[in-house]
Amino acid sequence: MLDIKNVHASVDDKDILNGVSLQVNAGEVHAIMGPNGAGKSTLASIIAGKEEFEMTQGSITLNNEDITEMDPEERAHKGVFLSFQYPVEIPGVSVTNFIKTAINGNRKAKGLEDMPASEMLKMIKEKADLLEIDRKFLSRSLNEGFSGGEKKRNEIFQMAMLEPKLAILDETDSGLDIDALKVVANGVNKLKSKDNAVIVITHYQRLLDYIVPDFVHVLMDGKIVKSGTKELAYELEAKGYDWIKEELV
Amino acid sequence: MSLKEKLQSTYIAFEDHLEVDSPLHELRTAAMKTFEEEGFPTKKEEAWKYTSLNSLLKKDYSIFPKSDTAIEFKDVKKYFLHDIDTYKLVFVDGVYSSFLSASTHDKIDVCLMSSALNKDKYKPVIETYFNKAAKKDSLTSLNTAFTKEGAYIRIPKHIEAQKPIEIINFATGNEAAVLLQPRNLIIVEENAHVQIIERHQSLSDNAVLTNSVTEIFAEKRAYVDYYKIQNDNENASLIDHTFVSQERDSICSVHTFSFGGKITRNNLNFVQQGEGCDSILNGVTIIEGKQHVDHNTLVHHIAENCESHQDYKGIFDGSSTGVFNGKVYVEKEAQKLDAFQQNNNILISDKATINAKPQLEIFADDVKCSHGCTIGQLDEDAMFYLQSRGIAKKEARALLMYAFANTVLESVKIPELKARINKLIADKIGVNLGFEV
Repeated sequence: MLDIKNVHASVDDKDILNGVSLQVNAGEVHAIMGPNGAGKSTLASIIAGKEEFEMTQGSITLNNEDITEMDPEERAHKGVFLSFQYPVEIPGVSVTNFIKTAINGNRKAKGLEDMPASEMLKMIKEKADLLEIDRKFLSRSLNEGFSGGEKKRNEIFQMAMLEPKLAILDETDSGLDIDALKVVANGVNKLKSKDNAVIVITHYQRLLDYIVPDFVHVLMDGKIVKSGTKELAYELEAKGYDWIKEELV
Repeated sequence: MSLKEKLQSTYIAFEDHLEVDSPLHELRTAAMKTFEEEGFPTKKEEAWKYTSLNSLLKKDYSIFPKSDTAIEFKDVKKYFLHDIDTYKLVFVDGVYSSFLSASTHDKIDVCLMSSALNKDKYKPVIETYFNKAAKKDSLTSLNTAFTKEGAYIRIPKHIEAQKPIEIINFATGNEAAVLLQPRNLIIVEENAHVQIIERHQSLSDNAVLTNSVTEIFAEKRAYVDYYKIQNDNENASLIDHTFVSQERDSICSVHTFSFGGKITRNNLNFVQQGEGCDSILNGVTIIEGKQHVDHNTLVHHIAENCESHQDYKGIFDGSSTGVFNGKVYVEKEAQKLDAFQQNNNILISDKATINAKPQLEIFADDVKCSHGCTIGQLDEDAMFYLQSRGIAKKEARALLMYAFANTVLESVKIPELKARINKLIADKIGVNLGFEV
């Protein structure tokens, strides 16, 4: 599904990614772990198409289509979804209006009419229930004054509404207490299918107890330096990252 | 002949039709003298530093335009708040149109300035109020000298006007260039309530210059909610002077929506004469091309325990220019004041300009005054966030601009007007937002 080949990227002339390659197939869950500043969030943003990052080398293909030069919205239309580490606050636009605009934006790109209001409401209700989101929450301004947990839950709610092919969860576990983490992980698991894929970016193994990865990759200094199965995550949790550095030397 | 000379000679001819031996005529004569001495303001004056009238003054305006063009309601319906019942005072090329209007004398007076000026029964009112709140600057004085028509509204004690009042000034463009000088007098007595919507609309591409003066008197515990809709075409300019005089415990708000026009200058002056007053000045400006909007606000705090709130938002595209010159003047006696002023601007294009100048002059020592001013572009992180959800760049920009302006819309108290302005904003930004307000 996703094929990242030798991606190099920089911001303000500072190299952040130094040749990342990663292949994700439909039905798989991949975890990307690594120390602070390793380039995890940059990789997530690059896949979603953030223009601030300059991709100097490499390519990204999604379902055999090169998306390297596409705008963020085009990638979204192709099925890419990024759950933000720090969702942006937008006062004056309610969660409901935002998601309606997003859904209809995606439909428009596919040449479809706007979703009928009744269908939209039904879907919103269903997905809000899945994530145990209070209806009142949906009429609040997007992310404004939300707690860390509310923001993350709202991200996964959007994911549930947009039904992406490839979901990238950037530190979705940060700011969540254990109960919220379970709700969010449960939501992600329910959305998982053999046709879509998930990339989970995290510092900690904790989330991976609930969203169980097929593969775990270690990103250090802008490169994937080690890949393995979920056991690798336990090892990292127990031993930290220094031993990998030593291995590399 | 310069415009000033033309005005001078027209005034002499106009005087022939006036009752010369009256206090009103003395006012006119003094006002004309002020205008003759001071002339049109130039950029040399601090208050006009960023707004030049030069391009407007070269035209050969008709001062009292012919008024022979009939307009049909269906052609101008869209300029009215037609989905609810309202009182209407409609002027076509400066002349009252009884056909398009819906005036009243039932409990409240929603009628004409010309009646108030000429009928004996209004004499005491005119002597008490007319030109008493207005400043004696040159353009206000010019309007005073030429005062002929406009809205006269009086809401007596303890009466709540049951419907909003619309004041609409149409210019038909039956002459190449017209100068209109409407004059409105609004008296809201003790504990009376009123909602007013004012609009100036040109119906052709011919040049229009409107020099409008409105005096609003809010007496004890009065409540005044005033909306200005400025969405005129590119050859129409407006210089508006609105003076609000507030007595004890009155609440007055003026919302100014500036979405179009060649040059728009809003002089908005509030004076709080008594304790416990609240003044609200809100504005949304969204302009493009070569349009120019200048907000010049003054809140003069004289009494104790008062509040004032100013919130002006501006979005500037193309090579449009904006000015925000907001002054809060706090007298020594105006203790326990809570004054707040906010001005936020977004420049969409590299060629757009905003000159923002907040000024606080405080002579009292126990007050809470704050102001904030920002000038920026749309937030790139927010753009990426919206785009990453599949919202196209254009819609994402629109959504952010809508969100930006939305805080000001929240305080619009007439739902139909709010919906209308929301649509104007969406039209202005050029997209269908795809959701209800």
